[in-house]
Amino acid sequence: MAELPLAADAKPWKDSAAVPFIRIKNITKKFGEFSAVDDITLDIYKGELFCLLGGSGCGKSTLLRMLAGLETPTSGTIEIDGQDVADVAAFDRPTNMMFQSYALFPHMTVEKNVIYGLLREGVPKAEAKDRVADMLRLVKLQDFAKRKPHQLSGGQQQRVALARSLIKQPKLLLLDEPLAALDKKLREETQFELIHIQETLGVTFIVVTHDQEEAMTLSTRIGVMKDGKIVQVGEPPQIYEDPNSRYVADFIGSVNMFEGTVDVAVSSTLRIKSPEAGIDLLVEPVEGLKANQNVSVAIRPERITLTRHKPDGAANIVEGGVVEVAYLGNLSVYRVKLASGKILKVTKSNLLHDEEPISWDEKVFLSWSNAAGIVLTT
Amino acid sequence: MKRGFFLPVVAFAGFLFLYIPIVSLVIFSFNKSKLVTVWGGWSTKWYVELLNDPQILGAAWISLKIGVVSATLATILGTIAAIVLTRFGRVRGRGLLIGMVTAPLVMPEVITGLSLLLLFISMEAMFGWPAGRGILTIIIAHTTFSMAYVAVVVQSRLVDMDDAIEEAASDLGAKPMRVFFDITLPMIAPSLISGWLLSFTLSLDDLVIASFVSGPGASTLPIVIFSKVRLGVTPEINALATLIVVVVAIGISIAWFLMRKKVKT
Ligand SMILES: Nc1ncnc2c1ncn2[C@@H]1O[C@H](COP(=O)(O)OP(=O)(O)OP(=O)(O)O)[C@@H](O)[C@H]1O
Ligand SMILES: [Mg+2]
Repeated sequence: MAELPLAADAKPWKDSAAVPFIRIKNITKKFGEFSAVDDITLDIYKGELFCLLGGSGCGKSTLLRMLAGLETPTSGTIEIDGQDVADVAAFDRPTNMMFQSYALFPHMTVEKNVIYGLLREGVPKAEAKDRVADMLRLVKLQDFAKRKPHQLSGGQQQRVALARSLIKQPKLLLLDEPLAALDKKLREETQFELIHIQETLGVTFIVVTHDQEEAMTLSTRIGVMKDGKIVQVGEPPQIYEDPNSRYVADFIGSVNMFEGTVDVAVSSTLRIKSPEAGIDLLVEPVEGLKANQNVSVAIRPERITLTRHKPDGAANIVEGGVVEVAYLGNLSVYRVKLASGKILKVTKSNLLHDEEPISWDEKVFLSWSNAAGIVLTT
Repeated sequence: MKRGFFLPVVAFAGFLFLYIPIVSLVIFSFNKSKLVTVWGGWSTKWYVELLNDPQILGAAWISLKIGVVSATLATILGTIAAIVLTRFGRVRGRGLLIGMVTAPLVMPEVITGLSLLLLFISMEAMFGWPAGRGILTIIIAHTTFSMAYVAVVVQSRLVDMDDAIEEAASDLGAKPMRVFFDITLPMIAPSLISGWLLSFTLSLDDLVIASFVSGPGASTLPIVIFSKVRLGVTPEINALATLIVVVVAIGISIAWFLMRKKVKT
């Protein structure tokens, strides 16, 4: 019964000999002519907390529903723990799902909702009751056990749904936006609780979220979806630092995007002509680019240095005027307009009490190293 | 300003038009005089007389039996029809099927009654069942048309209900039968009760269809009233009609109240 938790430094997805726990092969789901999920192939390993991230309507819920057995794939196969689950009905699958709409049983109390799965499994009533009490304490609902769902707030209902899906500790937990309605503090606590459950019980999680920050903190890996396809899979830093397309770069965190064309490589740097930037952008060399190819260069706001005086030795320097400053406490966000009219977003940490802080309408210099620019072709 | 005055007056006139006949019926049922239209003071003697009339009591008992049995059958069948139509959806011709289930709601009763009569006669000729016409054939007839009402009422409840609730139960390990009894049934229960009450009152009310398919010894209350009224309206009939109005009003109010109650989520 004791499952080996996934050690923090274990990365089975990097080990070609590791056997995936869930194998999704060429799965497609069509509603009429429309493909909600379009030929997805994905391996997920035991003990992972895999986040699915993507815009509204990109097929995240549909993918989860197919894993839970609530939707029949149009084509493709799903294996869970070595077993093809095509013929396994939802009530026999080793999965539990938390629904985006919560789907609480409206005529049952909180307690009855949570205990339902345990009783179906044949857990003795006394034991089941103890486990429910523990679970309700975990989600801080111990005082609401006797209430009906319609007597709870949205966030409380969400926690009941979460408790109900967690209680059976299935091999695979599918959570569809589990924390969206919680306030920041409760959300962070619950995030830690999820990580704790994942690390101690070795349960495998697939979590859908809209919130890229949440995906960053929670997940072992992130899969970014767009129009029914997975466009990139990777560990959080990899997705952030090395997005493989404009869509991913734009979706994860904020980014400044320059359009340009490839010039030639100057010794160890790549030169990209960009009228938008007003300068030739220097970046680290990238394989497989042709001269005059159209590319985008993405630069994260925190990678740009903002100064009053022209800095020495930076690879890329542009001039601009501050049009907006937003003070966020630990940092400030500046919007700086270049000569071309393009507006760049720059964040500056408020750690140092330097002279006079830079403010509206000032003329400033923006600079970044050639390692800061990410060249994107798609 | 003028419109604000006009509408309530029209509405009030409409209500008077609807309810004056019923109110006068109720009042005259307490009339002491034997002449229906002449007021002779208050009395409850017609109600007492009613209770001593074996023909009317017998008919009431038959109507009650038919009502209870046909409402129960209609509720079961109508619920199954509604579940099939909403939950096993996406079959071809679903729209047509829904239309067909609800058609009896607007079908003229004369046609329903006539076609059922023809069906019973030819069935008897072919299989010898149902033998003759009587309580059984009325029950079958009432079940068929009440079922349509139940199907509509239950269906609207099912459509309101989030499919994910049943899916959640199944995801937690409940087999389809369990899902139905643990989740679906309790959630649609109010609509079952209101469907049953509707069917019961429809059955109690029905004259046309019952006349077509009834046989000797199976005279329902409306049939008896109608035959008596042809010989002239008596205060006794007024008393009986008042009682029926009360029963129907109670049934319909409960049904309406239960239908109005939303699924709480
Ligand atoms: N039963 C259905 N019939 C027809 N189309 C459907 C059905 N279910 C989902 N879709 C469509 O499939 C697409 C993907 O839906 P899905 O619910 O998976 O999106 P999602 O990524 O979960 O979105 P969100 O973030 O808004 O929850 C949507 O365009 C949706 O309209
Ligand atoms: Mg969704």
